[in-house]
Amino acid sequence: MSSKTLNKNSSADSTPLIEIRDLKKYFHVNEGAIVQKKVAEVKAIDGVSFDIRKGETLGLVGESGCGKTTTGRCILRLEQPSAGQIIYDGVDMATANPKELSLLRQRIQVIFQDPFSSLNPRMKIGQIIAEPMAVHGIEPDPAKRDERVSELLTVCGLSPKMADRYPHEMSGGQRQRVGIARALSLNPEFIVCDEAVSALDVSIQAQVINLLEDLREEFNLTYLFIAHDLSVVRHICNRVAVMYLGNMVELADCDELFENPLHPYTEALLSAVPIPDPTIEKTREHRVIEGEVPSPMNPPSGCVFHTRCPKAVESCKKDKPKFREIRPNHWVACSEI
Amino acid sequence: MGVLLDIKDLRTEFETSAGIVQAVGGISYTVNEGETVAIVGESGCGKSVGAMSILRLIPDPPGKIVGGSINFDGKDLLSLSDSEIREIRGRDITMVFQEPMTSLNPVLTVEKQLTETMMHHLGVTLDEARNRAVEILELVGISDAERRLKQYPHHFSGGMRQRVMIAMSLMCKPKLIIADEPTTALDVTIQAQILELMKGLSKKLGVALIVITHNLGVVARYADRVNVMYAGKIIESGTAEDIYHNPKHPYTIGLLKSVPRLDLPRTERLVPIPKQPPDLTRLDGGCAFRPRCSFATQKCKNAIPSLEPINDGHHAACWHKDKVGNEVRKVS
Repeated sequence: MSSKTLNKNSSADSTPLIEIRDLKKYFHVNEGAIVQKKVAEVKAIDGVSFDIRKGETLGLVGESGCGKTTTGRCILRLEQPSAGQIIYDGVDMATANPKELSLLRQRIQVIFQDPFSSLNPRMKIGQIIAEPMAVHGIEPDPAKRDERVSELLTVCGLSPKMADRYPHEMSGGQRQRVGIARALSLNPEFIVCDEAVSALDVSIQAQVINLLEDLREEFNLTYLFIAHDLSVVRHICNRVAVMYLGNMVELADCDELFENPLHPYTEALLSAVPIPDPTIEKTREHRVIEGEVPSPMNPPSGCVFHTRCPKAVESCKKDKPKFREIRPNHWVACSEI
Repeated sequence: MGVLLDIKDLRTEFETSAGIVQAVGGISYTVNEGETVAIVGESGCGKSVGAMSILRLIPDPPGKIVGGSINFDGKDLLSLSDSEIREIRGRDITMVFQEPMTSLNPVLTVEKQLTETMMHHLGVTLDEARNRAVEILELVGISDAERRLKQYPHHFSGGMRQRVMIAMSLMCKPKLIIADEPTTALDVTIQAQILELMKGLSKKLGVALIVITHNLGVVARYADRVNVMYAGKIIESGTAEDIYHNPKHPYTIGLLKSVPRLDLPRTERLVPIPKQPPDLTRLDGGCAFRPRCSFATQKCKNAIPSLEPINDGHHAACWHKDKVGNEVRKVS
């Protein structure tokens, strides 16, 4: 293992860039055509707390509906959190006023999953990349702005000539590179990558992962890497957080989490990932967990995982386990550990 | 085990404004009775079109099967009349689609959708079909089947809907099930459940399976044989062991190298396949993988390599397959 590989794990700089404290997001389910009545609540995020450290890539994994995307959107303030704090450089994003928010948003950017719907089909690539600069009034000189666009395209492995093309003229991988170039246009320090490589074919996915890693080195970026593909997360992340049904169940350094998972849900997730090797697969014991994720409208009492957990005991039905630090830097929410 | 499905030189084309797209450019493979065959490839390689062509589900226009033969259980599917092929669809050969959300009819009960094919094909009464439906739903792991039959697809979760799809595909005791990305839309823990279920059922009931997927991991555990497709052609075929342990085509090797693996130590960099897949309207008389291949020579530009045997049952379509294999061994 080279020293650089080791670096992926050491959290040399553990100063938090963003502190998330007891974040909650409940969506209301309304009924009635004219007079809307609240009939239920979806607890998309039900109280999560974690830090995102300067310069790290924090992976956020879990199955659909676990709240990982909502967490990312709350951090971007694309959703208004129902409760809790998101402290970015001393400012609470959850309650920041529009002016503060506008300033913060120059430093926080996002890369979306779907490279087809996240680019405006009527805008040229150059306009798409320049738009954040226009919005924030940076680089008003058109010539300089064009120069910056060319530079960004080159950095992302595209030809500067592409600035005159439209999104439909590009492949999925190229479009995702445009999305990355747009995210970089304001020189951000923090980027939320929401399933940024999930829609890409594997040969292209590897290209984009390498690009994201290079950019992180070059521009000292911090990533929140939201994904469901655990092998990709293991490759790119320094630390990984696992979510289940609106709760964080485990958070640890990447190697620690993959080699030594503590929460039964993390174990189940890992054993469900298929390995591309028939010899290993045919002898590997698959611990398929039973059942499906319960509805977040009516989550189980106590520990939310107890309905599917192989280790559940009676008390799991009543008491919600605390998210606690079992070993240095290894947090887990399970009472049986 | 006899040969159940024998596809020879199948060609399917689509007419588009940009020109003729050769989605499937002459593929040949066989499926034995009770066997699981995987078709692996990236978007646009023709894997789904190839499978849809078996049941002649290609919309015409713009699509057209322009050549080849598909022999299934003694019949040439391409020369059957429309009413004859309808008798095969849903009875002898069934399909499980990727999107359980869109492939079930939202306004019909599950019962209606399960019993419909059986009543049509086997001429049974509703009661008989309903009994079979209950039996099959329990087989695919849906408990309380009597009650669930009366429900609509929106009452079911994604994984449960895929189980309903599988149940539907089993109603008439088919000989072959074509599963087009059956687990792509599902979460990883549900994916594991569905894959175990499908493999178990195919063993238990002796049904042959064609699994179409882009995920090399998914098929390693379940496939007896694997066909890798690129730009409308099968470029390598063999047993799962051949493909994963001894790949001979540079594209197969590229695919295997570009996915990070959970069971191996973390590497610093992934090794992607450079550049983009080719434009299928502009294929020339050379190997389609040539622009992305580090082994490419003048020969690759001049002629398209055909699938040549490496050993019994393992084939690759590459002019440099001997050299490629050696290189890989050196690297690993």
